[in-house]
Amino acid sequence: MDSKGRVLDKYSARVFKNRKEHVLVKAAENDTQVISANTRVIPGIMTHRGCCYAGCKGVVLSPLKDVAVITHGPIGCAFYTWGTRRHKGRAGEDGKNFIEYCLSTDMQEADIVFGGEKKLRQSIKEVVEIFDPVSIFICSTCPVGLIGDDIHAIAAEAQELYGRPVMAFSCEGYKGVSQSGGHHIANNSLMKNVIGTGDAVKEKFAINVLGEYNIGGDGWEISRILKRCGYHIVSVMTGDGSYKEIQNAHTADLNIVQCHRSINYIAEMLKTKYGTSWIKVNFVGTESTIKALRDMALYFGDPELIARTEEVIADELSEISEELEYFRTRLKGKTAALFVGGSRAHHYQFLLKELGVETILAGYEFAHRDDYEGREIIDTIKEDADSKNIETITVSHDPEKFNLFLSEEQYEKLKEKIPLDNYPGMIKDMNAGSIVVDDLNHFETEEFLKLLKPDIFFSGIKDKYIAQKGGILSRQLHSYDYSGPYAGFRGAVNFARDVTMGIYTPAWGFVTPPWKKTPTLVGTYGGDA
Amino acid sequence: MLSMTPKEVLERSGIKINPCKTCQPVGAMYAALGVHACMPHSHGSQGCCSFHRMYLTRHFKDPAIASSSSFTEGASVFGGGSNIKTAVKNIFDIYNPDIIAVHTTCLSETIGDDLNAFIQDTTIPEGKYVVHTNTPSYVGSHVTGYANMITGFIKYLSVKTGVSNGKVALIPGFINPGDIREIKKIAKLMGIPFAMLPDTSGVMDAPMTGTYEMYPKGGTTVPDIIGLGDCKKSIGLGEFATTLPIEALRTKCKVPFLSMPLPIGIENTDAFVMALQEIATCEVPYELEEERGQLVDIILDAHPYFHNKKVAIYGDPDTVLGIAALTLEMGMHPKYLVTGTPGDAFMVRGKELLAKYGIEDAIIKSGADLFEMHQWIKNEKVDLMIGGTYGKQIARAEDIPLVRAGFPIIDRYVHSYVPIVGYRGAMALVEKIANALMDRQDRDCADEDLELVM
Repeated sequence: MDSKGRVLDKYSARVFKNRKEHVLVKAAENDTQVISANTRVIPGIMTHRGCCYAGCKGVVLSPLKDVAVITHGPIGCAFYTWGTRRHKGRAGEDGKNFIEYCLSTDMQEADIVFGGEKKLRQSIKEVVEIFDPVSIFICSTCPVGLIGDDIHAIAAEAQELYGRPVMAFSCEGYKGVSQSGGHHIANNSLMKNVIGTGDAVKEKFAINVLGEYNIGGDGWEISRILKRCGYHIVSVMTGDGSYKEIQNAHTADLNIVQCHRSINYIAEMLKTKYGTSWIKVNFVGTESTIKALRDMALYFGDPELIARTEEVIADELSEISEELEYFRTRLKGKTAALFVGGSRAHHYQFLLKELGVETILAGYEFAHRDDYEGREIIDTIKEDADSKNIETITVSHDPEKFNLFLSEEQYEKLKEKIPLDNYPGMIKDMNAGSIVVDDLNHFETEEFLKLLKPDIFFSGIKDKYIAQKGGILSRQLHSYDYSGPYAGFRGAVNFARDVTMGIYTPAWGFVTPPWKKTPTLVGTYGGDA
Repeated sequence: MLSMTPKEVLERSGIKINPCKTCQPVGAMYAALGVHACMPHSHGSQGCCSFHRMYLTRHFKDPAIASSSSFTEGASVFGGGSNIKTAVKNIFDIYNPDIIAVHTTCLSETIGDDLNAFIQDTTIPEGKYVVHTNTPSYVGSHVTGYANMITGFIKYLSVKTGVSNGKVALIPGFINPGDIREIKKIAKLMGIPFAMLPDTSGVMDAPMTGTYEMYPKGGTTVPDIIGLGDCKKSIGLGEFATTLPIEALRTKCKVPFLSMPLPIGIENTDAFVMALQEIATCEVPYELEEERGQLVDIILDAHPYFHNKKVAIYGDPDTVLGIAALTLEMGMHPKYLVTGTPGDAFMVRGKELLAKYGIEDAIIKSGADLFEMHQWIKNEKVDLMIGGTYGKQIARAEDIPLVRAGFPIIDRYVHSYVPIVGYRGAMALVEKIANALMDRQDRDCADEDLELVM
């Protein structure tokens, strides 16, 4: 029996039937392999997934520094998303930075019984009086949807009253099957209500960075490199982002997509509505970063930009090559298992490969099938009851703002060279025999770690110490264990340094006490003194 | 840092800004982790469970296991009955705990799921247990949830057989495993046979062995919880976190109770020791008396550094009141006592305590938030802050030294191992306070004033 079989064999028939579709062993020949993803979790299975609210408020909206995001609900949900995700942000010229603040209507029993609308109205009033924010977003939590508070009507009323955009997000935790539904709800609203409302003029080499949340300063490192090359970054969605910047996102000539899962549909909508093409990029790992930079330069096709890109690549590489090579000697031959969000489990495989580390298991927490199998299968994904509950929006061509950077002919030509509007998914890049697991749960984590014995397990906080207590180094790839940035050239060195440090830290040598390694009885024979 | 916080205080009735509490279920989860081979189970959307596990893991730096009913939109409409039944079956099948401790969430409470009925309707394997408690997030705080979960264990399991087991039931408040170990040490030194619920030592501070154990050695066993009904007395340490369970034990099993403050500081620890002495009818052992003497010695030695220093203390009600008592004993001046947990009793207890030391100008507030405390500090500064991680923003903004104590501490290590209760715990806290104040003096003084002897 292969390792998949050995792990799943312990399940009851019903759980087995469900889980066997979510686990696969990469085949030797490059057949198309189908995996089940974005389906509901079986109750009682210790999943590591979060909820719709976590995806909407926690992931997509919180990084917008000039927006006062009010969580409408009991205190917990707001509290748990207060400064816990490391989406760094610096206040802009207006001095507004809500990342340090946690705003909640702190609903009490009476609000649940008689409705929380009055308290929400009062909360908005107080937030305007105290903070005078550019915009206010309202995010609902589970009970709000159940008692029927009309947050959208209150938002519309407040927008009128306070003369600034106020938007509501019905991102109750029970919606959808994971954080992913929340990403959709947040992004759809940004698409509908924010993008395209700014009046910035078009700039040369203007781009948006989509699906980059500036965890540990990744976005800043990526921006630093892009600015060196000569790009004008219109907006970042949403790391260290702002309402004001996103309003002008339609003025870009290219969208680069870092996290495919959380935002690919917005990239598609931006193409439909404003004509902006997108390419999938990966700034994790030096080779991936170089590829992304070259693809972008090729898209714009400007000889000067192409030349400058090469200069920047050469310069950045010369700065780090020696150090990276040192860490490679320390890490070569190690093996890794990855279980992260919706992109990193793929992105980091490239960096690990550069460092000589082989990925033997990888899985996404809340991805959809296309993140595993590639965009070509999107049309074959069947809609189920849970996905139907997440609003899908359609946009149409905006005659005033629509602008094609490439002619149709240029586009078709380029499509052969760069990943224009395309993402091939994770599975294709994995080695035969390696394991892919969707929504890896606690039981499977424990069992696969025991069976495969990777040297490093990259995951999140909930499973980190499970691995470590079992003697396997675990580094968090959601929060980078409070380190970073890991993106770009310098980030690759940071990552390599952190992993090396973790593997070689002296304390691993003390796990077993010496008295357990030596015989207990010490004595002498016969008359020998 | 926090540069948008204005100095002028606006009376608020709507928005909470930078809260000083979180919701009930996380407290229930923590209490359930203090039971041996127990799987805490969150009956609601899986995000709750995920957030709570994340939070507890970040505070303790140890795995916090728990499962969820994983509600979808359908369950939210039709009720979570089938979710809990499926969950219970799967949990026993896959994770094989001795007991599952279910707590509700605002979702399952709002739709009115009847957990009593669901659990009665569920097939539970022979020798295994499923208990529950109601923890609506829109009532109380994580401290209430902690109290409710302990109460749930007692209501389901504790039995009075009529034959006393001669033990004292110790119900600790919301404290760290290191504190629990210290309380157990004191009880052992006093020669008191006891049962403790919950006991997170050996679970949330489990050692590194190279082998992951889903259910580590520690935790109150189910037989011990059953036996609480035969205890001769119960002691609740921390009025806010333990009144509910000790009352439940009296109602169900007629066990008389004693409600006491958390043993933080000299007087509170003295009271605990004397309560144990009364039960044990023995002399207080020299070992404890020696510790106490050392603590008083230290405080006397270093008193010039503490005298009249203004301090803001924030966090959970029992912890804040305990730390306030210690700082008063040290000659300090508590200026702001803040908890997010609602309830007037905090103000009453706080006032009584400060009155003993003739302090009248302090602001004591329950149901408060850190934004408000920050505004008070902007209007009248303090020399020191004591509380959890979230105060660090204010400490940085106003350049005030911060001593971390209480829950949550998600930005430091070791805190969950080092006690703040008992005489030993007080010594540790006194050292931290002294160091924070003295490091500040060293940092801020002129070169010619840098003292090599202090």
